[in-house]
This record gives sequence, C-alpha cells and structure tokens, in this order.
Amino acid sequence: MAARKTSAKSNISGEELLNYYRDMLLIRRFEEKAGQLYGMGLIGGFCHLYIGQEAVVVGLEAAAEEGDKRITSYRDHGHMLACGMDPKGVMAELTGREGGYSKGKGGSMHMFSREKHFYGGHGIVGAQVPLGAGLAFADKYLGNDRVTFTYFGDGAANQGQVYETYNMAMLWSLPVIFVIENNKYAMGTSVQRATKSPSLWERGASFGIPGEEVDGMDVLAVKAAGEKAVKHCRAGKGPYILEVMTYRYRGHSMSDPAKYRTREEVQKMREERDAIEHVRELLLTGKHASEDDLKGIDKEIKAIVNEAADFSRESPEPALEELWTDIYAADVPQEA
Amino acid sequence: MATEILMPALSPTMEEGTLAKWLVKEGDEITAGQIIAEIETDKATMEFEAVDEGTLGKILIEEGSEGVKVNTPIAVLIEEGESADDIDTAKPEAAKADAGDTKAETAKGADAAPAAAREKFRPPEPDRTPDWPEGTPTRSQTVREALRDAMAEEMRRTDTVFVMGEEVAEYQGAYKITQGLLDEFGARRVIDTPITEHGFAGIGVGAAFGGVRPIVEFMTFNFAMQAIDHIINSAAKTLYMSGGQMGCPIVFRGPNGAAARVGAQHSQCYAAWYAQIPGLKVVMPFTAADAKGLLKSAIRDPNPVIFLENEILYGRSFEVPELEDFTIPFGKAHIARKGADVTIVSFGIGMTYALEAAEKLAEDGIEAEVINLRTIRPMDTDTILASVRKTNRLITVEEGFPQGSVGNYITSVVMEQAFDHLDAPVINLAGKDVPMPYAANLEKLALVTTNDVIEAAHKVTYR
Repeated sequence: MAARKTSAKSNISGEELLNYYRDMLLIRRFEEKAGQLYGMGLIGGFCHLYIGQEAVVVGLEAAAEEGDKRITSYRDHGHMLACGMDPKGVMAELTGREGGYSKGKGGSMHMFSREKHFYGGHGIVGAQVPLGAGLAFADKYLGNDRVTFTYFGDGAANQGQVYETYNMAMLWSLPVIFVIENNKYAMGTSVQRATKSPSLWERGASFGIPGEEVDGMDVLAVKAAGEKAVKHCRAGKGPYILEVMTYRYRGHSMSDPAKYRTREEVQKMREERDAIEHVRELLLTGKHASEDDLKGIDKEIKAIVNEAADFSRESPEPALEELWTDIYAADVPQEA
Repeated sequence: MATEILMPALSPTMEEGTLAKWLVKEGDEITAGQIIAEIETDKATMEFEAVDEGTLGKILIEEGSEGVKVNTPIAVLIEEGESADDIDTAKPEAAKADAGDTKAETAKGADAAPAAAREKFRPPEPDRTPDWPEGTPTRSQTVREALRDAMAEEMRRTDTVFVMGEEVAEYQGAYKITQGLLDEFGARRVIDTPITEHGFAGIGVGAAFGGVRPIVEFMTFNFAMQAIDHIINSAAKTLYMSGGQMGCPIVFRGPNGAAARVGAQHSQCYAAWYAQIPGLKVVMPFTAADAKGLLKSAIRDPNPVIFLENEILYGRSFEVPELEDFTIPFGKAHIARKGADVTIVSFGIGMTYALEAAEKLAEDGIEAEVINLRTIRPMDTDTILASVRKTNRLITVEEGFPQGSVGNYITSVVMEQAFDHLDAPVINLAGKDVPMPYAANLEKLALVTTNDVIEAAHKVTYR
C-alpha cells in the first residue's frame, strides 16, 4: 500500500499538456458562464460549480480508456465536460431546455450519457458510491475488463453506504476506483470538524483496499495516480482508492455566503496552487507554447462556451407532453 | 462593447434583494472573479463576483437600494477605448422584458397540461381473457415452488438475470425460495451478500444501469427500509431524470407484511408506500399461479419492480398451469369470484379473508364479487369500476395501515368515476392504526379478519 504522494515525473509531451490546459480551461470558463447565467435567472434551483477542482477529472480522464465508466455526485459539470459530453447539451440542461442531455427534466444535478459512459449526476450524498460499484459489478459479471471511476466528496466519505460498498467491492474484487475529491469542505463543514480520521483513503485499509493521497491541483500527479489505479483494477485485483486533495473556489452552491472560510484562504489557493496556472507555467517554461498560443486557446474556449450559452438560451423549453414521458420504459412483450 | 452587470439571483428562491454595498467605484479596473459588491438576499449577505473584466463605467443602482429585482442592470462595464458617456442605458430594458416573457409562457402552458395528459393516460379497457387457455393441464404447487420455478426459468432463458441477497445461495434462502438455484446456476449467478441492505440494493441498481438484470431478495421488506433511498431515488427516478436514456431493469422481492408473532418491526405491509412512486411497478401475488406468472413478467420488465410476497402464503398450494412459458401481464386484475351484491377488492393475503367472507356471505344470500388486484401499480381500476357499476357497493381489504392506504386510493378513483353508482359509503378495511403487538390476542385484533369483511358487507348491503 502506497502512503506517499504520487510524484509526477513522467514524460509528458507538449501536446498532452496543451490538451489538459484546454480541457481544464473549458471547465473553468463553462462554470463561470454557468454562474453568470444563474445570476441572470436562466439557471434555477441548485447549481454546484466545479471551479478549482478541474485537474481532478482531467487527470483521471487521461488515465481512462474507451468503455470505462464514470459516476459522480451533483457537482457534475466538470466530469461531463471532461469525458467528452457536448457543452451545448450540458448548458441547455442547466437552463432546463429541450436541447439538454435530459431534455430539461434532470437539471444541473441529473445528467447522463450512455454514449460517453457517464452514469450521473446523483443528488443524494454518497448514493453514487454503491451505484458505481454496481456498474463495476455488471462489467465483471459480463466478463469485460472495464473499470468504473466512482467520484465522491469528503462529505460523502462519512456516509455509511460508502463502507458497505467498500466491503462488497473488495469481497467481490470489483473493478472500481473510488475517487474521493477532498475539497476540504462538506458544504460549510470542514473535514476537521467532521472526523478525527487523519486521512480518508486510509479508511479503506480496514477492508484491505489499497489507496493513496494525490495532489489534486497537479493534473500530472492525478493522471499518474489514475494510471496506477486503473492498472490495478484492470488486472483483476479489485478496488482502489484515490484521495485527491483539491479545493473549490466557489461556494458549495450558488447560495453559499461562504462564512466558514476566509477570503484569504481562497485567495491563497488561487494564487499559489491553481491547477490551470500550473500547466500554463509548464507550457511556457517548457517552450511548448507561447503566450500568443495560449491566448488563441483562450479565445477558442471562450467561443465554445459562448456557443453553449447561446444554445442554452435559444433551445426551447421542453414540450408540455414531456411531463408524462420517460416514467416507464416501454413494455416488453410477454413472449420470448 | 459595454457589458451590463445585472442584479444576480443568489439563491433558488431569490426574486429581489438589497444592494448593500459597492466595493468598487466608477473608473476602477475590474478583474474576473473580483468581489465587487455585497448583496443581501432573504437568507444571507453574499459577496458578488464580477464575471467579466473591464472598467466600471457607471453604477446604475446606488448602494443601500432595497428591493432590487433580479436581472435589473446595476452597473455597466466598459472595455478599453470606450467612454462611460457612450453607455446606452435603454438597452438592458430589452433583455429584462425578454426574460419575463419566457416565464409568462411557462405559466400559461402549465394550466393546459394536466387535463390533456389525464385524458391520454386513461387505463386500457378491462382485459377479461383467462390467465391460461381452457383445458390446459394444471398441477398443485406451493407459492414457494412457483416463485423458485419462475426465477429458474428466467435464469435459464437469460444469462444476465441473477439473484442476490442475504442467504440466497448456500443457505438455500432464509424462506427457501431460492432452493436449488445455487446448484443449477452456480455462484456467479446466485450471490450471497453480507447483511448490508443499503449497500447491496445500491449495487443492484448500479448493475442494472450497467446492463444486467438483478433480482434482489430482501429477507423481508422490513429490512428494505434501509435501502429505500436506492429503490426510490436511484431506481425509480433515473429514467425520468435522464430524459429516457437510462432505465433500471431490476426486481426487488421478498416477504412483506405480518407473519405471525414477530412484533412491530417485522410485520409491516409496504404496498401503499411503494404504490405512491411513479417509476416503480408494484406487485402482490396471492396464488401460486399469480406468483409464477407475475414474477416472470417482473423479471422481463425493463422497469424497477417491487414484488411483495407473504410468508404465510409461501406454504399454501394452488393450481398452476403446466405451460412452457406462463406469464401474467401487469395491470390485469383477476375476478376470483363472481357476484352481483357487493364488490370486494383485495390483494395478497387479504384475498384469504375476502374469499372466506364471500363463502359465508353466500350462505346468507349475499353474493360478493371478489377482485384480486395482483398489481397495485399499474392498477386495473377499470375492472374495479366495472364491478362497482354492477354491485353499487365496495369494500377494500388490505393488511397495511389505514391512513393513506391502497384502499383510500381506490375509493378516490371510484368517487371520481363512479360516484353515481354507489348505493353505500365505501368501506376500507385495513390493519389497525397501531404498531403490531406481540401478544397473540392483540396481534389478532390488529389484523383484518374474515369477520371484519363479513360485517362490512352486511353494512354496505343494508342486510
């Protein structure tokens, strides 16, 4: 069992770095736009932004292969963009329109894509953990070598069902990677105020599940840890836990006055540990890209996000008949 | 191009707020993410971040202003080279009106929806075809054997069907429903779980999302309360939340309701609980033929199905048709006894009391029509209504608690659709409104009895 932080000394090409930069920037700009649309009343209800945590999903997606599955909580926009879902469809779901991934019936917290193997989007804290293990169960039952990335937060890590799942995942050697996105706050409760456990990943030890802590502000470290976990799972050795230390810059949801932490704390993370700035520096110092190149990418991303925002405003609200569809899947014939 | 900064909505319910304080002044350079104002909502004082960068050209709403509506322009950002004098304050008004229109449209449309939809979702005409063709040979079988055979046949038919739960494999089932399945299908498809209902229900639902077809056995449905979040929030709602992309073909089955002398925590009927949930199908068989035909349908159904069995009925024998592939469709009630004087609707073990009562009532010259509902969701209300239009009297019989019972729902349907046909108030017979006592005499008193049904029939027939 590895106890040390993963080091990120691998041979990363400039092209790869540029991809990570682009993917992380897309999430950030998308989320900023979502915040803006929320402020304008175009997005309603709950809206949990992923700003600050971009390196987690981008790093892990870099370790995934076609066919691997992912499932997460309600803070899900970043995961959807990182696995290749269309920003237009995601944004239109946020605005509750027909062009959204769930035809406007799911909202910010409930989106799915069979095509991209994204299984939600779940609003009950911790519920996605056994569901993720179930996806892995199906893969093992069907005899393929896919793995499932099951994301949850430090808050969910205190739910009982997480440990029920650890127990069965190890018992049945399920190919599931438990990714604890530790952003230090469960809504307004800091990890220290919620548990005396010194670390969350180590809790897997009592079930025999290996794991490690990962620097979640370093996309290369996340990728390296992800690759290790994927290899472990694909080899049939059962589950693996990654506790990815990250930070959310924005509130828990849009209506969070953020009185539980200081502005200085947030500012310090942004200035000293920002994951996108980190890759930006690697690109510039490694001479993989010039300032102008990066400006070009910024512009490109801005255009994608603006297109998504426009689509999300222009797409009509769902037809009223949609109220009554998708409650039951079509009946199957009684005969074989 | 000048960008207007609009009064933001900072909570799901905020419509207006107080612009408590400006933290920047006209002419200041602003960066994206900078806190530019403090805004008081109904819940808290929030810091408001700028989304775009630029120079604050003009403040439109002074600090201290109360009741500022969401989306009102509160300031204008200008880019390099622009002057605050160029700001066209008329423009933001247009944006506001635009947003308002959308809301009005939604409200207007919503009125029209329910009536049209109700029209559309009217249940089908009663299906009175017999469950099996006349002349089909039958044999006597217990409910227990019928349930096992149903699972075994479906597991032979489809490799992705498997059964999981506590003691289902090596122990051969706590109530012996899975007897022999491990021998035939092996440990890959007959899976013992640890005692962890919340966890294995969630794993079952996830597996169903992932393309296999689990049968999850709860040792009793009382224990499924630990798993109810996955049954309702994860299994029943996902198809809808995904806009039809992701269904959940899963069966949750096990004994439900009172057994004998097992006390309050092991004696509850969950029919009415689950029947309330759109997205679930809810089945409660009475006979062995019901058990077999309905369980096979449940396993083939692409939706989550709650299959409520009864421990007392497990050992009872009924005739089951000898057919290679016998199924009973959902939403088709069975008229267990024909009669013209009073309609008695029941399901599961309630049918025992309903049928016994009907026999005794016949001795007094009262002919009861007894309807075995079999599926509670979807519910064959057409068969109930057709019977009530004939008998003009209705009694419902179930073991669950009285408030919010299945009988209450049936009554409301009959009130709406056959009110003029009723010659007496409907009587809902249910378990007493008390936790189940342990003492033998008190337990008997807490449950519905044949005598309760007989008394009710006399009452509604006025004889």
